[in-house]
Amino acid sequence: MTGIERMTMVKALNTGLRAAMERDPKVLVMGEDVGRLGGVFRVTEGLQKDFGEGRVLDTPLAESAIVGTAVGLTFRGFRPVVEIQFDGFVYPAYDQIVSQVAKLHFRSRGAVRMPIVIRIPYGGGIGAIEHHSDSPEAQFALTAGLKVVSCADPHDAHWMIQQAIASDDPVVFMEPKRRYWEAGDVDTDSTPLPLWSSKIVRPGTDATLIAYGPMVTTCLESARAAEEDGLDLEVIDLRTLSPLDLGPVVESVRRTGRAVVVHEAARTLGLGAEIATRIAEECFYSLEAPVQRVTGYDMPYPPSRAEHDYLPGLDRILDAVDRTRAY
Amino acid sequence: MKPTTVRSGAADHPAPDEWPLVQLLSPAGERALDPDYAFGGDRADIEALYRDLVMTRRVDTEAFALQRHGELGLWPPSLGQEAAQVGSARALRKHDYAFPTYREHGVVWCRGIDPVRLLGLYRGSEMGGWDPAAHQLALPNIIIGSQTLHATGYAMGLALEGLVGTGDPDRDSAVIVYFGDGATSQGDVSEALDWAAVHQSPVVFFCQNNQYAISVPVAAQSRVPIAQRASGFGLPGIRVDGNDVLACHAVTDRALQRARDGQGPTLIEAVTYRMGPHTTSDDASRYREPAEVDAWKAKDPLDRVRTLLESEGTSSAFFSDLEAEADALGARLREACRLIPEPDLALLFDQIFVDSTDENQQQKAEYIAWRASLEGSIG
Repeated sequence: MTGIERMTMVKALNTGLRAAMERDPKVLVMGEDVGRLGGVFRVTEGLQKDFGEGRVLDTPLAESAIVGTAVGLTFRGFRPVVEIQFDGFVYPAYDQIVSQVAKLHFRSRGAVRMPIVIRIPYGGGIGAIEHHSDSPEAQFALTAGLKVVSCADPHDAHWMIQQAIASDDPVVFMEPKRRYWEAGDVDTDSTPLPLWSSKIVRPGTDATLIAYGPMVTTCLESARAAEEDGLDLEVIDLRTLSPLDLGPVVESVRRTGRAVVVHEAARTLGLGAEIATRIAEECFYSLEAPVQRVTGYDMPYPPSRAEHDYLPGLDRILDAVDRTRAY
Repeated sequence: MKPTTVRSGAADHPAPDEWPLVQLLSPAGERALDPDYAFGGDRADIEALYRDLVMTRRVDTEAFALQRHGELGLWPPSLGQEAAQVGSARALRKHDYAFPTYREHGVVWCRGIDPVRLLGLYRGSEMGGWDPAAHQLALPNIIIGSQTLHATGYAMGLALEGLVGTGDPDRDSAVIVYFGDGATSQGDVSEALDWAAVHQSPVVFFCQNNQYAISVPVAAQSRVPIAQRASGFGLPGIRVDGNDVLACHAVTDRALQRARDGQGPTLIEAVTYRMGPHTTSDDASRYREPAEVDAWKAKDPLDRVRTLLESEGTSSAFFSDLEAEADALGARLREACRLIPEPDLALLFDQIFVDSTDENQQQKAEYIAWRASLEGSIG
């Protein structure tokens, strides 16, 4: 497979996993229903058939065990890619992730490496039952010793999963499940951007929208809608949530003077809080208005028939842009 | 049932199908004798159980169809597991308590909750909704296995309050917790079994072994029959035909009474089969063969009861009346589903805390103002 191919994010992740497994026999895929079924979202479709049960493991239904055994596998030089079936199911593994995965390199004075990728389909917008729409990324991003990334489109999904697997540090890989079935061009020949970098996905001059994962598409749609009002919005896809790469953000906000951070996760102590602070620190004299946040509310994820009002959408994002312009 | 002594080496473990199985009603609808258990009720009691089975199945098939018509976001079918749910739930007394998972539609039915509430949950209109204390039934739990600890804690509470082993049937209480074979892989379930055994808590662990954790067969989750795990924790483990409502009732009845009497917890493994997909989002044909499904269809939990009742003289009018009652329920569910009120996000801000915070109220006001501005712009 070479050149540019149009595919869904699910397929892009699948081909990325496949490439990584072909490249390195120590790469294992583990999780609930990832083998014969190919995962509930079919991200691992066909991998067990092609790589065997020794490399694609259907695990018992035990998230703590999935991550805990991945830790042990790294001691034998394996590079486990574990799937947590849904965002809301990760918490039984939280202890292993926070107390073990994040700390073993540090505790061993660097002797131990934890090249584990923890894939988590996350976020709402798919009409799911409770515990299936959480956005827990900040809970991992605030944990020192973990790296956290989120892809927003198929091209990045294809490359970022391979880069995450190649990382010798543990990576929590957040996949925006509501974008799983959206197709995009994947350039399998290009040299990918470094994993730990954000990027401008739409240049603009009037304000900067900062997003990641599922909200990048929503911000791009907002920017297109704003064109009708004669507004030219810049959109930045953060891609990496820990470490943050705010160089492009700072440069952008110094130009536009206005910033709106958008995420599905609840507002208080979300990524937006950190980003707004950094912008205030770095761009104080360029800001025309306080940084605005458009986020989920500080409540448990609501019943799905109320999620449209809970999730940031075009109206709320453009409202926030207006607020920065009213200053 | 005497737990087998487990020594080292797989040869000492009986294969799951060799482990004794309590059965009081064969798939052919003939009564079976068991040395330890008997169904205590009469024909009227069996007719009542059959009604529960039929109504549970109707709730399930209607809801499945409603999902297919876009009225529900999701539905986890209970098809095939009715006997395990009804038999066990009908062994509960009013003041006993149950902790269900998301698939226990038969238990919800038996606890007297309007099944429309289940539709609300799976439509995405509410999150379970009922007051657990009003029905002695916790909300359906989706996080696998968590509820086994909740049940154990509830049981500890009963013991601490002196509601166990007094000999007063109006006072002594027990709790039952439902979970599946997949849940037995979760640490929480092992912790609950251990804890309950150590504290001799009045809890019945009722595992519906429906053979699959989504796509993963039980053999890939456990080397031994699930019931056998009990002995390691120090509680009795019993294996029952989960498609036999009489056996499920008898076994659960005994275990609950043991718990109420202060003799501690029991693990029941009800061997059954999930006839449908894991949920309406699943495609079970990807991981199991039609022949396997057909073999279990022959062990249907409803057919055998009907055969028994017919052979023991239940009138045909009973069955036709029941069919009419089920039809009426189905019609009501279809109608009621579409009338379930849409959730109002504004109201949800008030149910986050007992004492709402200024921040919650500020966000609520912000949301209401935003919604009003939107209505203004449309108008």
